Amino acid sequence: MKVVIDAERCQGHGRCFSLAPGIFEFDDLGNGVVIGDGTLTDETIELARLAQSNCPEHAISIEESA
Amino acid sequence: MTDKQPVKDFATDWDHTDPQWVDDPYPIWEDLRGRCPVAHTERFNGGWFPATHEMVSAIANDTEHFTSRMVVVVNEKHPPDELPAPIGGAPPITSDPPFHQIARRLLLPAFAPGPVNALEPQIRALCSRLLDAVADKESLDGASDYAQFIPPGVIARMLGFPEQDEDLFREFVHLVLDLVDLPTEEREPLFEPMTAYFDAQIEDHRLNPRDDVTSYLLNAEINGEKLAIEHIRGTMVLILVAGIDTTWSAIGSSIWHLATHPDDLARLVNEPELMPLAVEEFLRFYAPVTMARLVNDDLDFYGAAMKKDDWILLGFPAANRDPAAFKDADKFVIDRLENRHLAFGLGIHRCAGSNLARLELRVAIEEFIKRYPRFELSGQDVTWAQGQVRGPRSIPLRVVA
Ligand code: HEM
Ligand code: SF4
Repeated sequence: MKVVIDAERCQGHGRCFSLAPGIFEFDDLGNGVVIGDGTLTDETIELARLAQSNCPEHAISIEESA
Repeated sequence: MTDKQPVKDFATDWDHTDPQWVDDPYPIWEDLRGRCPVAHTERFNGGWFPATHEMVSAIANDTEHFTSRMVVVVNEKHPPDELPAPIGGAPPITSDPPFHQIARRLLLPAFAPGPVNALEPQIRALCSRLLDAVADKESLDGASDYAQFIPPGVIARMLGFPEQDEDLFREFVHLVLDLVDLPTEEREPLFEPMTAYFDAQIEDHRLNPRDDVTSYLLNAEINGEKLAIEHIRGTMVLILVAGIDTTWSAIGSSIWHLATHPDDLARLVNEPELMPLAVEEFLRFYAPVTMARLVNDDLDFYGAAMKKDDWILLGFPAANRDPAAFKDADKFVIDRLENRHLAFGLGIHRCAGSNLARLELRVAIEEFIKRYPRFELSGQDVTWAQGQVRGPRSIPLRVVA
């Protein structure tokens, strides 16, 4: 499973990297970016879902198959 | 200003400056959500108020039909060629695409989490000093002794203005907000002392560059060209206006909430790890900022026949209380896990200062409850600011032993 941020939608609300700093970080403009390739483990999936459910722009998605 | 009639029906005659709205807008919004899609008014030369999360989101994301040319509802609408409203030049908040992105990108690096988080120790020291100053008083006012002083102090440091000028800033902010309803010709001369002050600060930074936002703006370039002094000054005005009353209101509302909800106060004192969630719930429940748009061209919006240049009062605070978007929307849930609130707006105008505002709010509350783990209201005379920024201007408190 993989988490991705749609850079077109992201407006830098910063909810993802605040809630789940191990999964997301921010760039120079303060927009959210996924750390590494975004692969989720059993330990990180819940946090990634929490970030997803707090992104006001609906920019975060979790690809179940990947 | 004209004397206004009290509002009888907010669905057909809304007015966000009506005492009933100023005092307690939440029941009004709930009522409007239940019975009309978009409330209308003939006041302010015509405008609309959508009260649902869905409609507020749709408008915030539709910069084609709704312009940010004016973001504060006043009686007089500026013609589109008079750039940019409402305070003689404040990009990016009053800009539309494509220029908006240029002005916004310029600002974002200075307000990104990196530089902002570095301010935490200074903000903590400022809060602690403010609390020291009132330590011996029998009673204290959470707004006028504390919350009110935090954002100007922080912004003074960010811009690299002398700390002793903080009172001046507050005067400037109120000048700008109070005079916004005046025609431009009458407004400009009254802004002169502020303009002169900014020019002096800019000049000082030109001679002595340092690591702050003013020097950052002086170095910044758009298309290889340095910014005009009007642009730098306009940005300073925007940071002042956008960053002070808003944040002070958010801190004040949060203190008011804790003063009136001892269970939440006790939980926050005993479980400090709840703070990040609590901050988001303070922001959702007491979202201080309502914006405005103008309708670009006649259009049908959820059955409302909008006309070119009608106002839209863009109620992010109302969206935050919509039960269609939030479970138990009318309840303050201090550990709410899912919280897609719109306190900082949505889409391309997302509050550029949101990282700073969150930091100030968190640190201000942490320091306050560390010093005063128990406190309550000492009187009922809490006053709420009128207009598009809502927050308590006075919160008389008694510390409980
Ligand atoms: C709790 C405090 C704050 C709240 C609730 C708040 C709210 C908002 C909202 C709702 C918008 C969107 C405007 C729109 O859609 O038209 C906005 C924009 C903006 N805010 Fe804030 N704000 C706060 C604090 C700050 C601070 C501290 C600063 C800077 C020091 C700031 C700077 C800005 C700027 C520059 C914009 C314009 C962004 C753009 O148009 O691209 N705000 N704010
Ligand atoms: S929460 Fe959403 S909008 Fe905010 S930074 Fe993360 S992905 Fe971007």
